[in-house]
Amino acid sequence: MSIQNGYRSMSANEVAWAIAAVALTLLTLFIASKATDPGYAFHMYVFALAGLASVIVIAKRAAANVPVNPPQEIDGKPNYNMGPVKFATIASVFWGVAGFLVGLIIALQLAYPVLNFDFAWIQFGRLRPLHTSAVIFAFGGNVLLATSFYVVQRTCHARLAGDIAPWFVVLGYNLFIVVAGTGYLLGITQGKEYAEPEWYADLWLTIVWVAYLLVFLVTLWKRKEPHIYVANWFTLAFIVTIAVLHLGNNATIPVSIFSPKSYIVWSGVQDAMFQWWYGHNAVGFFLTAGFLAIMYYFVPKRANRPVYSYRLSIIHFWALIFLYIWAGPHHLHYTALPDWAQTLGMTFSIMLWMPSWGGMINGLMTLSGAWDKLRTDPVLRMLVVSVAFYGMSTFEGPMMSIKAVNSLSHYTDWTVGHVHSGALGWVGFVSFGAIYCLVPWLWNKKGLWSDKLVNWHFWIATLGIVLYISAMWVAGIMQGLMWRAYTSLGFLEYSFIETVDAMHPFYVIRALGGAMFVVGSLIMAFNIYKTIVSGEAEEPAKAARPALVPAE
Amino acid sequence: MSLWNKHAIFEKNSIILIIGIIVMISIGGLVEIAPLFYLRSTIEQVKGVRPYTPLELAGRHIYVREGCYNCHSQMVRPLRDEVERYGHYSLAAESMFDKPFQWGSKRTGPDLARVGGKYSDEWQLQHLVNPRTLVPQSIMPGYPFLSKNELDTADIVNHLKANRIGAVPYTDEMIANAAKDLKAQVNPEPGRGRPREALRQGAGPRFRRQPAEDLGSGCADRLSPGSGHDGRFQGLRRQSQLPLRRGAMTETYALLAGIAQQFGVVFFMAIFLGVVAYAIWPKNREKFNSAAEIPLKED
Repeated sequence: MSIQNGYRSMSANEVAWAIAAVALTLLTLFIASKATDPGYAFHMYVFALAGLASVIVIAKRAAANVPVNPPQEIDGKPNYNMGPVKFATIASVFWGVAGFLVGLIIALQLAYPVLNFDFAWIQFGRLRPLHTSAVIFAFGGNVLLATSFYVVQRTCHARLAGDIAPWFVVLGYNLFIVVAGTGYLLGITQGKEYAEPEWYADLWLTIVWVAYLLVFLVTLWKRKEPHIYVANWFTLAFIVTIAVLHLGNNATIPVSIFSPKSYIVWSGVQDAMFQWWYGHNAVGFFLTAGFLAIMYYFVPKRANRPVYSYRLSIIHFWALIFLYIWAGPHHLHYTALPDWAQTLGMTFSIMLWMPSWGGMINGLMTLSGAWDKLRTDPVLRMLVVSVAFYGMSTFEGPMMSIKAVNSLSHYTDWTVGHVHSGALGWVGFVSFGAIYCLVPWLWNKKGLWSDKLVNWHFWIATLGIVLYISAMWVAGIMQGLMWRAYTSLGFLEYSFIETVDAMHPFYVIRALGGAMFVVGSLIMAFNIYKTIVSGEAEEPAKAARPALVPAE
Repeated sequence: MSLWNKHAIFEKNSIILIIGIIVMISIGGLVEIAPLFYLRSTIEQVKGVRPYTPLELAGRHIYVREGCYNCHSQMVRPLRDEVERYGHYSLAAESMFDKPFQWGSKRTGPDLARVGGKYSDEWQLQHLVNPRTLVPQSIMPGYPFLSKNELDTADIVNHLKANRIGAVPYTDEMIANAAKDLKAQVNPEPGRGRPREALRQGAGPRFRRQPAEDLGSGCADRLSPGSGHDGRFQGLRRQSQLPLRRGAMTETYALLAGIAQQFGVVFFMAIFLGVVAYAIWPKNREKFNSAAEIPLKED
């Protein structure tokens, strides 16, 4: 299409998106006018505003004469679409800091309950889902969007599919985050852990997720490389499985279209099984498969050597996705779930130890022959330590899924400690590593503004994690033992409140560890900001990267 | 062209890769979830379990809304210390109308499955307003704002209807009288006793439960004492000589389970060995080495 000065007419694609946005605006305004709940009305106005803003942006695009079909290649090189990747990267830093901060607040609330201020919006029961969703879905989700869109383009040597669609995925996903998060504060929740967003937010996420799958898939189809790189397999498994889990665990019946409340079609024991089939595989596919995709691209890239064993990665992939899906019932040991299901869950959880460690070995051994880089490259160190934490928590997890161990650990803070060794150590650090890699690449900088600050981030956060998980180990095991302690006369030794009282010092240590993790993330946010604003630009004629070290 | 090159269709065709992924992730879910819907032993037969009254449903909504499940479980495990601390272990039947289930996964506070009737209403009220006036070491947030909130009962009928679509056996009569029953349970007619008895005396027979003799026992209100149950432990059932119910579905399941146990293991081992053999097949080495170089390629 010829580019002329002045306006151009909107393309069919733009018209379709604009009509959809207008329809969304009208529908949500109508619902808002009759909503039974003020929080729900507020959410409908948010949707209406988003729809309106989309129409304006699309119209402005046409007015500013942005070419409708950007060239797929420029000078024989793929014309990558990094705008959405940049947005998701910055969003992940923002949500990360916010989510860690809320985590710190609720950790302090457990140590000092006066911090609940007896105020509905910020009491622990509403803030805790905000924390988990903010770190898993807002921080983790944006990291996954950014890295998956980056990696799929670079490993396929093809521009991201779609023109408006990738932006819809990234912005639509963050709209979902805003609606979900404010909903918890307003008391709009399904009451299912890690699946708290209500039916309308779930519906919106479904639409966004289908668009995500399509953008990803069509980009794969455009690839120049015959082989689909293994990182993309993990991403694809993550996208498809999360879609299946999301639909299964959120099959709800709204009270009415004007009410935010819904009732899940499953009840009691079946609902419990659905919930933990979902819940554990949110860990398995969102927090593991998606982030393993990061490991399989960023570790080799940063170490500048191919992954240790591509063969192992194939076995790793199929074994991991097959075994993970069975592990859910280990969240329901000794409950009213039938014993056969509990036993299956335990068995597969133990087997899962093998592919998990296979993946860890594959990541770590990629460094073989290049271990010296850990001394000089703090970003690589962060990535490698994340893989070590992955190994540690995937050893601890199968152990805790053994029924005898679980009878002690379940319901205690040991579980919380276990989750955080995986969440802070593995997901957090591998994300930080990926962000530190991505920002200079995306904004064409020679490097980060300061490697020294990365070093500070690394050590402060690592110490924070150690404080956190060791406090929770001691506290959790102590709590479990106190609950089952008997006196010599055969009476329960401790009342429940005595066990609560005993937790206090450990809750303080945990909050301290969390605070250090927050400080680390603030250092990262500052470093990222400085890199983007005043980092030294890469020379226009891209200097050739250092030659590859030949593999032995 | 060795057999092992066949795996290349996964590496080169994204749709087949997706199908492979869906097949792999379906098996575990189907095997663990589907039987729960038709195996009769999943939910034992217990007398006296009934759907929630409209007022209970509204109250449960508050429990969910405030996120009580983040710190409290409603699932007593059959372990000695738990049974002694909280009461009889929880049965699947007790939560058969729970949407969503609220078994919880963390006990920052104690289990609440059998807390009903354990404390007086005055205690509960004061404890919700300021827990530390009653339990100084408590770390529970105060909920004074709850006493100022007005319960919105306008669409309670729709709540019952939504539950009925999800297979909760509310009758037409219950749904038609939802708002009336809700109010009756809050404000019993004068001289009809305390609110908790209002249900039996004031609201008609719609939600009548089995008469509970000892409300202070710590047993779940919704289970009548001594109602008896099969238990979910096969051993217990055998000891008590109760006739084992064996429906046609159970037979089908036993057959399927037998086949799955015998052939499933062999089948999955074969697939697993296939994947391993493919991965270490010498001829494929070169292909994998070049695939591993993809991230390092410049444009």
